[in-house]
Amino acid sequence: MTPFTYARAHDVAEAIKLAGTSAAKYLGGGTNLVDLMRETIERPTSLIDVTGLSSAIEEQADGSWLIGAAATNTAVAEHPVIRQCFPVLTRAIVAGASAQIRNMATVGGNLLQRTRCVYFYDDDGSRCNKRQPGQGCDAINGFNRMHAILGASDQCVATHPSDMCVALSALGAEVHLESTAGKRVVPLTDFHRPPGDQPQIETLLQPGELITSVGLPPLPFGKQSTYRKVRDRASYAFALVSVAAAVDVAGERIKDLRLALGGVATKPWRAWKLEQTLRGRRASVANFQSAIDAELADAKPLSDNAFKIDLTRRAVVAVLSELTGVSA
Amino acid sequence: MQFTINGKPTSVDADPRTSLLDLLRDHLHLFGAKKGCNQGACGACTVLVDGGQRILSCLALAAQYDGREITTIEGLADEHGLHPLQDAFIEHDGFQCGYCTPGQICSAIGMIAELERGVPSHVTNDIASKHIPLSSDELRERMSGNLCRCGAYNGIVGAITDTYAEAVK
Repeated sequence: MTPFTYARAHDVAEAIKLAGTSAAKYLGGGTNLVDLMRETIERPTSLIDVTGLSSAIEEQADGSWLIGAAATNTAVAEHPVIRQCFPVLTRAIVAGASAQIRNMATVGGNLLQRTRCVYFYDDDGSRCNKRQPGQGCDAINGFNRMHAILGASDQCVATHPSDMCVALSALGAEVHLESTAGKRVVPLTDFHRPPGDQPQIETLLQPGELITSVGLPPLPFGKQSTYRKVRDRASYAFALVSVAAAVDVAGERIKDLRLALGGVATKPWRAWKLEQTLRGRRASVANFQSAIDAELADAKPLSDNAFKIDLTRRAVVAVLSELTGVSA
Repeated sequence: MQFTINGKPTSVDADPRTSLLDLLRDHLHLFGAKKGCNQGACGACTVLVDGGQRILSCLALAAQYDGREITTIEGLADEHGLHPLQDAFIEHDGFQCGYCTPGQICSAIGMIAELERGVPSHVTNDIASKHIPLSSDELRERMSGNLCRCGAYNGIVGAITDTYAEAVK
């Protein structure tokens, strides 16, 4: 690790003031940042520990729920209201990492997790546009079985690793931000940026801007939601494909739905086209298939990951069948 | 930095780069917690914080835990002898080389506290329920952050099941 100073922030204003310079980083549970610092991929000159800021999980006057950015993964997953009203979020969280890591990791940090692309991590021998802008990408023509089929560019094909963010994307979560310029609220679906020609810029955070909380707007059919993750091991592995979905069924029709994909895209991937295709339609395997085909029409497989197209199809059809009671 | 480590108030000076694991091993000479992968993948460095929450000390900066209570494998035995789970690991051959064992034992103690609190897992069917029995699937899923390269998993599962079968039905 390169040397840095460490300070604990006691409130948001102090955190923002302490961060000041752009070479400072906010520190949550450290489960990703500390590892990246040890690899010298991240080299902050100061760390502002924000785990002492709000970790409250509270209902707001408008019926939405606000989760303090310092809440741990475990605290969110075990919260009685989250388990009951947004089971997709609990299921996504417990599908990720290990119990020890979930006890440390925070919601704010989860949003800022960086890719586990092996070429991004290999700063001794590989080129990576995310790590060293303009250097080139060794994943595109390399071993890219784990990489993205959606949202990639000719600069970067790395996937976003989070499970939690896939559920938050489906739930229409909002990210609350604060900086010296003031407060703002952005949809989670806009928070992460596609790589385009600047893969090193992964979110719309401005220098020194802090995630203070994540809001979950009311979603009555959030109770009918789930998360399915397909991975190489039964536990403790990143997703090949994951599906977060909530469905409102009226009779045989899909009145409304939310669906997002993980493991296949450069950011948590809200399946807008699939949702649009299925809304108001009859719940049937054929309709689920044509909807996911619409979503995957733009998918661009690499040399080693074309299997993700079929895997995504099957996982989505299975999840929608489970939630609507249709036999797959 | 001030910690309470295995019940003893402890004061240490260390660079902010020091992980909690390096603090325990290199500064305090508590060699129980092991440096397996040093990147959060193996669980050999698992310790307990503030009365039972399991964390990975390799990914924890010591400075972040200033003021907290840390329990390592060295703190589990008391004047009456080993912790019952330590006895059970011996009884069930829950290890061969022993390198992962301190992490396995600390992790299992944290795991039981989570289960008693009703924390759901990936294999919990009814996640709204707070009563989750310690089935074999639950145990294996909840311990999946602790690897054993000797493959002593059957003994580990046996030791944990035996120790906590009555507590978590």
